[in-house]
Amino acid sequence: MLKKLASGPYLFWIAMFIIVPILMILFFSMVTVESDGSYTFTVSNYVRAFDPIYVTVLLRSLKIAVQATLICLVLGYPMAMILAKMDPRYRTTAVMLFVVPMWMNFLLRTYAWMTILGKNGVLNGILSFFGLPQMTFLYSEGAVLLGMVYNFLPFMVLPIYTVLMKMDKSLIEAAEDLGGNKKTVFTKVVLPLSLPGILSGVSMVFMPAVSTFVISNLLYGGQYMLVGNLIEQQFLVVNDWHFGSAVAMILMLLILVSMAVMNKLGGSGVEEKGVNLW
Amino acid sequence: MVNKFIRRFYTFLIFGFLYAPIAVLAVFSFNDSKSTAKWEGFTLDWYQSLFSNNYIMKSLYYTVLVALIASVVATIIGTFAAFGLFYMKSWKQKAILNVNSIPILNPDIVTGVSLMTLFVALNVNLGLLTMIIAHVTFCIPYVVLSVLPKLKQMPGEMLEAALDLGATPWYAFKKVIFPEIKPGIITGALIAFTLSIDDFVISFFTTGNGVSNLSIAIYSMARRGIKPEINALSTLMFLTVLVLMLILNKRTKIEEI
Repeated sequence: MLKKLASGPYLFWIAMFIIVPILMILFFSMVTVESDGSYTFTVSNYVRAFDPIYVTVLLRSLKIAVQATLICLVLGYPMAMILAKMDPRYRTTAVMLFVVPMWMNFLLRTYAWMTILGKNGVLNGILSFFGLPQMTFLYSEGAVLLGMVYNFLPFMVLPIYTVLMKMDKSLIEAAEDLGGNKKTVFTKVVLPLSLPGILSGVSMVFMPAVSTFVISNLLYGGQYMLVGNLIEQQFLVVNDWHFGSAVAMILMLLILVSMAVMNKLGGSGVEEKGVNLW
Repeated sequence: MVNKFIRRFYTFLIFGFLYAPIAVLAVFSFNDSKSTAKWEGFTLDWYQSLFSNNYIMKSLYYTVLVALIASVVATIIGTFAAFGLFYMKSWKQKAILNVNSIPILNPDIVTGVSLMTLFVALNVNLGLLTMIIAHVTFCIPYVVLSVLPKLKQMPGEMLEAALDLGATPWYAFKKVIFPEIKPGIITGALIAFTLSIDDFVISFFTTGNGVSNLSIAIYSMARRGIKPEINALSTLMFLTVLVLMLILNKRTKIEEI
């Protein structure tokens, strides 16, 4: 009895607050309201999302998110390796210092860059100290990219670090004993074995980057910059919930598809490696 | 030894990148001017105006209140859910766990607008209650996922043994199952609490009526430009996190995070 009853409240909760809301925006995205208040089914909301203005927004979000993910990977992988190889006495502290900024409120971390890049910010202060002309750093695509890399870098480093730490060190020694030079050992052993960490890092950076509206609002301004801004504006400013729902559904689909692709990549990759090893 | 030097230098650069913005905020929180370009002298005025700022103080109160209620409710529902799921048929469990992972995988903004759509359609006024419901919703999946593995690690048929020995189901749960899964419950509760404290996007869409948490307060102030009070707030928050982590580090000597 208890076994059956125990999950009752939970099942009610996930049905009511997870499944129903998503079905609702799915419904909203597929209808329009007639003048007499009745609903008609239509695809016009989705068609509108493929208007060149909105396609540009979608592509821009994808581009910035991919750039941020790649930069995080390139900056983060060496850092994860350094952390994994560090003297155990300092390692715990170093990893902790890496986690601390992540625990600070994400809005404060973004706000910090406003004070640095702003018109009367630190960077311009330094420039004028050296007698150089003032520049505008804030409200540019570069500022948004910087904000993303800053906010999400630890999400890339930590999963890779964890995988590197768990890696069987004897495999690396074996590869070295068999005559692999540093480069071969890295590309043939370390990198493939760390693939699960890379993939989880990539999805942990890409997902929030592609759907953010906070970073772009604070560091770029209020225009329709990214998909996140578009959804936020449709729901809170323009009040076109039907179009907003359609864009939200597209974003959701995009994320789910990329997660599925990533899972496939990770899954088959690891299995193949297993086969090759033996 | 060039290698070692490059490694040190790189570590230094990355940590510099991570900490420079926080350091800038901290330094300018003591600046006797609204500007963050020039140092005008030392002051504690911004800290004073932070503590006398009603909006921020009220938001802090709501942040803690919501986090406490949401994490307790989510932990209770999630723990019993994991217990129920554990004894379910495997296909059923799989299907439910898929639904469970929706709030984790979905972008926050989609979760936020979908919950907002539900509340508005049900004619519930957006405010404290809707924000708490939303927080419970995104916290439960993490509690389930941290309790379930502990149940699976449990020696098999523990519950049956207790029942055979004459325990009532509730007594068996309390005395046999609960002690086994306690670490998972504590982890789940902590994750729920920190997620709730840190949330912005979902709260932003599901609150109203002048109820706002700290993240929303920072957002609406930051949108209007640089506010030295926020610098002071950041410094205090950073110190809080740092001290908490140091205590945690001392107490458990975490090997891996």
